[in-house]
Amino acid sequence: MISIDLIEKTAGVLMDKAAIEIPQDYLDGLEGAAEVEDGDLSSFVLQAMLENYKAAKEDRRAMCGDTGCPRWYVKMGNDARIEGGPVALEAALRRATADATNGVPLRPNRVHPLWRTDHNNNVGIGAPEIEYGFEPGGEWIDLITVHKGGLFGTDYRMLFPSDGIEGIKRFYLDSLVAFGKRGLACQPAIIGIGLGGSKDTCMVLGKRAACLRTVGDRNPDPKIAELEDEFKELGNSIGMGAMGFVGKSMVIDCNIEVGYCHTGGMQMSVHAFCLSSRRAVARIHSDGRVEYRTDPEWFTPYQRRETVEWETPQCHEKSA
Amino acid sequence: MGNTAMPREIRLSTTPTPEALAELRLGDIVYLDGLMYTAREGVYKRALEEKANIPMELPSESAANFHCSPAARINADGSFDLGAVTATASFRFAKWLPEWLEKSGAKLVIGKGGMSSKDYKSYFVPNGAIYLSTVGYGTGALLGRGVENVEAVHWNDELGLAQAMWVIRCNRMGPFIVASDNEGNCLFERENAKIAENLHRVYEGTRPATLKRYGETDDRSDEVIG
Ligand code: SF4
Repeated sequence: MISIDLIEKTAGVLMDKAAIEIPQDYLDGLEGAAEVEDGDLSSFVLQAMLENYKAAKEDRRAMCGDTGCPRWYVKMGNDARIEGGPVALEAALRRATADATNGVPLRPNRVHPLWRTDHNNNVGIGAPEIEYGFEPGGEWIDLITVHKGGLFGTDYRMLFPSDGIEGIKRFYLDSLVAFGKRGLACQPAIIGIGLGGSKDTCMVLGKRAACLRTVGDRNPDPKIAELEDEFKELGNSIGMGAMGFVGKSMVIDCNIEVGYCHTGGMQMSVHAFCLSSRRAVARIHSDGRVEYRTDPEWFTPYQRRETVEWETPQCHEKSA
Repeated sequence: MGNTAMPREIRLSTTPTPEALAELRLGDIVYLDGLMYTAREGVYKRALEEKANIPMELPSESAANFHCSPAARINADGSFDLGAVTATASFRFAKWLPEWLEKSGAKLVIGKGGMSSKDYKSYFVPNGAIYLSTVGYGTGALLGRGVENVEAVHWNDELGLAQAMWVIRCNRMGPFIVASDNEGNCLFERENAKIAENLHRVYEGTRPATLKRYGETDDRSDEVIG
């Protein structure tokens, strides 16, 4: 049984870490970009960003004044039991979100879409989002918080098989250029692409590709991994850098996730995880141990499974 | 970082003289000293549409309007804690800005993404105002360091923390980038024009979507926001 107090306490620490500490994989990626950037204004911007991450950590203040939209991904091992059940879990995550808004402090961003009602705590109808995943075996629960920035950088389009890779590239470039102008997407970003699924799942896949995979990670399908490399290159050859100034750092990495779709379609979504690529993860074990990390490790073989039944990888090897 | 030329760095008052403003060139880096206030749609609506009295002396106290809502809290004893400060995209405020510049005498508009050269020429230049962009735009922690003190928060009850009018004392607050000049030239449009020259090459080997979107443009120099 995992204690609900421990869940709430850990969630609070994660809110703080996500808002203040830039994940190392993204930082390494940005440092690499800063080394090769030769646009004078773009270079200046990247240096300022690197200083900003340092300042945030030193002062323990949020790296960006815009909180983005804090959300939660919860992954549970199949044998995990939570004290009070899922309702208690959701209450703990909502409480941690509200408390951190006042504690860090974070800007209260969440308002009612029509009445603009603001509870000043980033909690409201459907906020924070809480999404779930499960893994075979294990008595642990993974809490992942992502504070995804922005009104800009995300788009969806229904493509068709006849659009092909050329059509995918086109929409990718269109999205990058449209939101890259004036730096609205706060690039260089981790770009996530969702392909297939339905409109809603396509958006979910793309967002998770941006937010739940790390820089340098590659899709296990070697042809998709090649596309990821190619698209990273392509994005960085646009000639646009940070803030939309002339430069070559647009994409820190490009991650693609796919889902089976309608036979006539090829849905595509593009998501930019901005300069404040905020994510923090903790695994809580049933014996009370808590391990913090920054890699969500969301996309396991189980999450990407194709078959009707799930066989554990060991069985798989035996039957192969 | 190769052999890039560093941009010029300038310290500027939030009640700048016309001479100091005339000195600024597109792409200069600016650090601000003095009082600055936040005003965005909430403040504009209240001051301009509902004609509420503006709770400070403008522009003598401050001629610097920041498009921002800070990450901050108001403590039980009425004091303020301010963490990070990040601008919000300014083009959405074009509706109110002409009247606001005239009424408030603001000389510096600070935000994210700038406005169009049309905006600059039609009401920034006549009011002697220029646009400063934040850098990054996520340099919230650095900007937060430049805040010496929160002097007041006006209209918090009426508008909420995010839309309230925060009055901030800046001490070498920055960096900001000069994004318009006293002729109304636009830094972002200058950069976009340079980038657009190369775009046809990048688009080689792509094809337009089979199903078009109504009203879609193929003009790659399109400013999108205008
Ligand atoms: S997009 Fe990201 S870096 Fe930019 S203002 Fe929003 S949270 Fe900050």
